Parts: sequence; structure tokens; C-alpha cells
Amino acid sequence: MESIKDRVAIIGMGCTKFGERWESDIEDLLVEAAYEAYADAGIEPKDIQAAWYGTQNNVVSGQPLAHALKLEYIPITRCENFCCTGTDALRNACYAVAAGVYDIVMAAGVEKLKDAPYTGLVGAAGGPGGRDPTGVEPAAAPPVQFALLANRYSHHYGIPMPELKKALARIAVKNHKNGALNPKAHFQREITMEQALNAPMIAYPLGLFDCCGVSDGSGVAIVTRPDIAKKLKGDQYILVKGLGLCCGAHQGTLQDDYDFVHIPENIAASKMAYADAGITDPLEQIDHAMVHDCFSITELVIMEDLGFAPRGKAPEYEHDGVFDMDGKLAVNIDGGLKCFGHPIGGSGIRMIYEVYLQLLGRAGPRQRPNPSLGLTHNLGGLPGSFTGAVTIWGRGN
Amino acid sequence: MIGIASYGAYIPLWRLSRAVIAKEWGDAPAPGERSVANYDEDSVTMGAAAAIDCLNGMDRNTVDGLLFATTTSPYIEKQASPTVAMAADLRTDIVTADYTNTLRAGTIALRAAADAVKAGTAKKMLVSAADLRIGKPRSQFEMNFGDGAAALLVGDTDVVATIESSHSISHDITDVWRPEGGTYVMAWEDRWVFQEGYFSAMKQVATACMEKCGLTPKDISKVVYYAPDARRHTELARMLGFDAKTQVQDPLFNAVGNTGAAHALMILVAALEEAKPGDRIFLASYGDGADAFILQVTNQIEKVRNVRGVKGHLEPKRMVSDYMSYARWRGIIEPEPAARRPAMQSPSAVGLWRERDGVLRFRGGKCKTCGTVQHPPQRVCTRCHTKDNFESIRLSDKKGKIFTFSMDYITGTPDVPMVIPIVDLEGGGRLLTTMTDRDINEVQVGMPVENSFRKIFYAEGIHNYFWKVIPERDKVGTFSPRADSIL
Repeated sequence: MESIKDRVAIIGMGCTKFGERWESDIEDLLVEAAYEAYADAGIEPKDIQAAWYGTQNNVVSGQPLAHALKLEYIPITRCENFCCTGTDALRNACYAVAAGVYDIVMAAGVEKLKDAPYTGLVGAAGGPGGRDPTGVEPAAAPPVQFALLANRYSHHYGIPMPELKKALARIAVKNHKNGALNPKAHFQREITMEQALNAPMIAYPLGLFDCCGVSDGSGVAIVTRPDIAKKLKGDQYILVKGLGLCCGAHQGTLQDDYDFVHIPENIAASKMAYADAGITDPLEQIDHAMVHDCFSITELVIMEDLGFAPRGKAPEYEHDGVFDMDGKLAVNIDGGLKCFGHPIGGSGIRMIYEVYLQLLGRAGPRQRPNPSLGLTHNLGGLPGSFTGAVTIWGRGN
Repeated sequence: MIGIASYGAYIPLWRLSRAVIAKEWGDAPAPGERSVANYDEDSVTMGAAAAIDCLNGMDRNTVDGLLFATTTSPYIEKQASPTVAMAADLRTDIVTADYTNTLRAGTIALRAAADAVKAGTAKKMLVSAADLRIGKPRSQFEMNFGDGAAALLVGDTDVVATIESSHSISHDITDVWRPEGGTYVMAWEDRWVFQEGYFSAMKQVATACMEKCGLTPKDISKVVYYAPDARRHTELARMLGFDAKTQVQDPLFNAVGNTGAAHALMILVAALEEAKPGDRIFLASYGDGADAFILQVTNQIEKVRNVRGVKGHLEPKRMVSDYMSYARWRGIIEPEPAARRPAMQSPSAVGLWRERDGVLRFRGGKCKTCGTVQHPPQRVCTRCHTKDNFESIRLSDKKGKIFTFSMDYITGTPDVPMVIPIVDLEGGGRLLTTMTDRDINEVQVGMPVENSFRKIFYAEGIHNYFWKVIPERDKVGTFSPRADSIL
């Protein structure tokens, strides 16, 4: 297999404001993100030759994208892969361009969650046609599933729960501090450690501030070959350095030697992307990373899975500020899922949007001084079986 | 000799103090406590638990029939006995029958089981009787009823008690009843109900039965019979000439309550637990008439000593914290759930039928190549990837330990927080499961658990059953609180 490194470029991106977009539907969100991306890329809608449409809940087929943007009779593939949906859309767009089949394509991710009559995501899907037609699988919503990691992490590393809670709170505080500087985030205010520690319990031991919110949002990327990027944008584009995605096969819930304190899908996906990009020392070589902080415990474990911290040391690294905005490797510098919420299809490309801004020096108050490589990471499913995805980007030229 | 080869019982973990009920209504405190089934239990789940207790350690393939007795069946048209039989992991080529619509159903089923064995159409017949009757709030029924189940294995080999004789009378009397669609048990005026209904029929059947066998009250070692409440029970003993101190088996009103169709059989199980070879037992039950039996304990009685029975379910126990919990569990009051959740969809009947061995029998697959136990059963082994090379193994009787857990505070179920553990089973196999009958302060890594058959939900006309885990029943009361909890 060949590496994807430097074979594909992003020349334009758009990202909506994320949040409770009561006044906007799928069409509105896609138009908002796509037209920002067209303008940024300096192209017309008719230049899009193919598209990948990443959404989990909102309708079927590739048609909603065509319908919203009036893309006429082009190939559109709808992608879904749990929380890696948007990233997987982008990934496929990249491979199509790298294959030389298309010149300019679009990857769009979107989710409209706030039309629902209830808050939060549902648990295991039962009912006819659902993932579990018998309806007997525990209907455990995401906070419950990820809390399984937290209770085991405490036991495994001998960290008393009140201590672990502090490390988790530190992550929430960090991400809120970052999000307060991001006009596109849903939540733009800081929180304190006390607020995080004393928040109402959602799924023991995770409290309200350990959980990302549910929101609406969309992200769009215009993807092309590096030679076209140079022609259109000079040096104002980013290059793919690595892509990785993998699907678990329920190993962790079928085999009783899974330890619930690491996520093998994170490791496998990052291995692929690191191999493409030539990463051997992530903490040194990567400047900033948007990772899947659906819950504070998830971000904690991800740090160790991606090789940013040794096993069992992530809490210490968090407290030491290694992953702060001005730290060695800024994690969730845009505010993360914590401040954006998690519109499933929209999150992957939203993450890449921040990397894009950082690498091109357009991140404003969040700007890193010398961003070399940026990484995004997504994780979807439940402990025991995930889809994990990692993308790595660098500056054009 | 036809008789009882084994016995078992099930009483829910929970008790509601009668003083708490009385206080709710501003009445004088009544003595004792009553058993209360959790929100996820019903006659089918309790009947299954009693059946499994009765079959403890036995080859379940030797059972030729399952007769399920109750007045509170989940369906009017859909047999409950196959569900009990599946949970007990019996063969499919057996006789299943529901005995319903009368408090006497348990003893009617017992008689039918004995008749089948006698006729030679079966070698072993399992009788399971269970009830979850609801009394109208503030009624004496609410105070006196208890939820529970009892099971008897009837056979002709190595029996612990022979069935010597029986007598039945049938009465069409509207004394205590529940119409179709009715939630609460109804009754006519008390004095008539007791006098013309209960006492009249019981005296009649007892007299006829004893006469048939040429016995007098002093020939009976243990007296076991249904009564609507403690007071009527005592009165009947006096009427029939039995000695309350030396002969009458404790009818469990103080500790459990009137368990309906299960009651007479449950008291019988309690009697057998203490019986000695040669004991003669008088058994009688009432409901639309009456049944009476004479049983004789054999010298095999000591064989059946590893079931939980009544004794193993009386203690340990837990108290329901207040009347409102009982009312919520029974659906008498339906409060807003902890969080707004989407309406429950019915399961797929196709899926339930296709997956029935994994769902109801709780069978997993053990890979014959590498030995990995997997649930749900898989086609391709998770570890060695060998295709279609599995041995079907029963997981329902395996104990386990919590590997990790979580507690869901925004669920739609009544038991908030809902506890979701990962459980590793003895002998291999891992489950992502739900925990019930739990104290959230005790839930911790390493906690010993066992499997329990429960109702997961009811939606669009379908009752959906599966297995949850519970703290190991025998160890309840010995668990220490979770260390360093942040609650």
C-alpha cells in the first residue's frame, strides 16, 4: 500500500456556527458551510465534480447534499461511520482525488440533532430494522458506555475516584478556556474546576461538564490535487500527511481480556496515519490536535492511545498543562466537542477546519506560534468496538 | 411411586413493611412485611426462577413437561409456559400448559403433573406456580398479598415425597376474582367470602380427603394450606382440628404474604425443607373450589438440600424504601421519567424468534477450536476466526464478577441510576449487561453477581424478556460500600 502523504490538498473550508440552530435545517447548515468553502477556495459550485456526504441521522442517499447545494447530476456518496462519519467522507474524497479520477471534489459533513423531542442521543437501537432487533441489548446511552472506561481506569491505575475526577475536570476546564476564544463554538465561556467537579451526575462518575453537548452543525472541505491547489491558492492550502480509519469487531465485549483503559481502534488508526506521515514521536512532531472529547475520560485515554502521554500518565500531563493552548501539544485548541457539541456528521470536518486555520495562520486568538503538523481524531461506537479515525495535515509547499 | 422429586421457590429480594403501607393511608400499623417484585419482574420471571431453583444441578433434558400456574399471566392469548421453559432451558419437545384463572391453579397443575406421570406419558413433569396480584391501593389485599413463586418436579423415581391421595371439588362462586383487563383483584363482602367461600369449601375438601385415606387430624405431621390471610389461616386450623403449634406449617403471611396461585406450593416447599422421613403432609388449596392432597415424605428427603427454596429467599432481603417505590414498580402511579426518551419500539418478533436460544435460554457459543466463550452466539469466532465451529453452552447458571460499571442518571427506566456493568463469567465469557436489585453504593469492580431472568420492557403489546445480573443473592448484606465513591 502507498502512503497518501502530500498527494491531496484542501484549498477551501467552511464551518457553520455550531449550537442549537433552531432556525436552521440541513439545507441552511450545508449552504452556510459550503458557500464559505467555495469563497475560500475561489471556485464555483459547478467546479465540484464529485462529493462525499457525511451524515448519520439526517435522511438517506447522497441526494440531500445535491438538493441543498443544487449540485446537478454529479456522483455523491453518502458516508456513515458513527462519529467518524465526516472524517470518513473526507477520507474517501481524498482517495478519489489521489486515484486521479477527479480533480476537484467536496467533502461535506452535517447533522441536525436539535429537531428531536428529547435531549441526548439514544442508546442501543432496538426495534425492527435497528442494530438489535430483539431489543434486549442494554439501552446504554453514550455517557454510560464511556463511563465504563472511567471506573476501570480508576481501578486499574489505583487512582482514587476523587483524584481521577480532578484530571477529568482539568480537561473540561482546558477545553472551555479554548472555546471561549472561538466565535464558531456553541459554548464560549470558561468554567472552573469547582463547577466541573460539582456538576450534576450524568453517568457515574461523569458529570454534566464531563459530557459534550448535542448540537447542530456542518463542515465542508474542497479537496483537490496539490498542483491545482498551487495554481489556485499559491501557498494558502494544506496537504494531507496521513489518513487512518479502522473498525472494531466487538473484540472488547466478546473477549474477556480487554482492559477498558485503552482503545485499540485509536492505536490502529493512528498507526496507519503515523506511517503515512512518518510520525515516530507524536508529542514532538505534532503541534496541535483536535481529538474526540465526547467525554472527558475519552480525551484522557486518547492521549495515551495516540502516544501523547505514556500509559497511566495522562492525568499528570493534563495537570502539568502539556496539552494546554500554550502547551507542548495543544489538544482541542478550538474548544473541542466540549464547546462545539457533537453533531455527528459535522464534527470530523469541523476539527479539520481548525487545523486548516492553524496551519494557514488564520486562527486569531487561538493561533499557535509555529504549527507544523495538525492532527484530528474521531471515535465512534462504544468501548469494546469502535470506529477510530485519524488525519494528519501540514502546510502547503 | 409418584411424587415430588425436587422442589424450589423464588421470593423477590424486596420487602415492604406493612407499617409503611399503613402509615401511607393513616391506618393502624399492621404486623410484618410483604414481598414485592421489582419493576422488572412478573409471574413469568418469578416462575422461571423457581423452576431453575428446583432443577438445581439436574440434567434439564430429563424434564418432559412444564405446567405453569398463575392468575397473572402477561398475555391472554400467548402461552406463558414456553417462556418459562425456555428460561429454564428445557427441551422443546415437551408438554407445555398454562394453568390460569384461579388461585387453585398451582395444585390443579400438581395434580395434572402427577396424573401424567402415572399415565406414563411423562417421566418428569415440572410444575411452576407464580403470582404477582395487585390489590387496590389501601385495600386489605394490598396489605396481605405477596409476590413469589414455587416449583415442584413430579416424577416416579427417587421421590422425596409421594402423593398418596387427592380430592377436588369445583365451585362456581364469585367471591374473589379479577375480570379481563382489570388491574385489581375484586371481592364480595368479607364475611360471606370467608364463610360461604373459603371455610365451606376447605372444610368440605379436607373432610373428604381425610376420609378417603382413613386419616384423622392427629395422623398428619405437617399441615400446609392456602388461606387469604393469617387470621383465616389460624381459624381454619382450629376448625379442622389441627394443632397450630405442632402441626401447622408457617403460612408465611408475616414474612412474605399471600402469593396467590403459588401460595400453597410455597408453604409446601417450606414444609419439605424441614420434613423428616415418614412425615405425612396434608396439602390444600382454595380457589373456585378446593384441592386437597395427602403426601408422605420418603427417606430420600435429605437429597434435596442444595436448592434455595423458601429458606434461601426469606433471607437475605432488602426493604423497599417507601410506598411510592412500590406504587411506581407496580405501575399504580406513572411519574415522568428522569429524562425525556423516545417512545419504546416493539422488538422484532422475527428477531426474537431467530435469536431465541441466545435471548431466552441465554446460550452462548464456545469455540471448539480456541475455547473462547461468546455471547451473543457468533458465526465467526472473535479470537481465532474459525467459522461455525461452536458448542452451545448455557450461561444463565454461571456466576460472574463485575469488571467495570457505570450508572446512568438520565435513563427512562424506573431504577435510576440504571447500572450497566461489564461482567466476566466463570468459565469464560463477557457480558455488557444491566444490573438490577442493586444498591448503588455497593456496586464496584470485583462484585460477585449472578444472572436473573427479567422483563426488559413492554412495548406495542409485546413483553420482552432477557437476562440481567443481580448481586449474588446469598451474599446480599455482606457487601461493603464502594471505596472512594464520589456520591
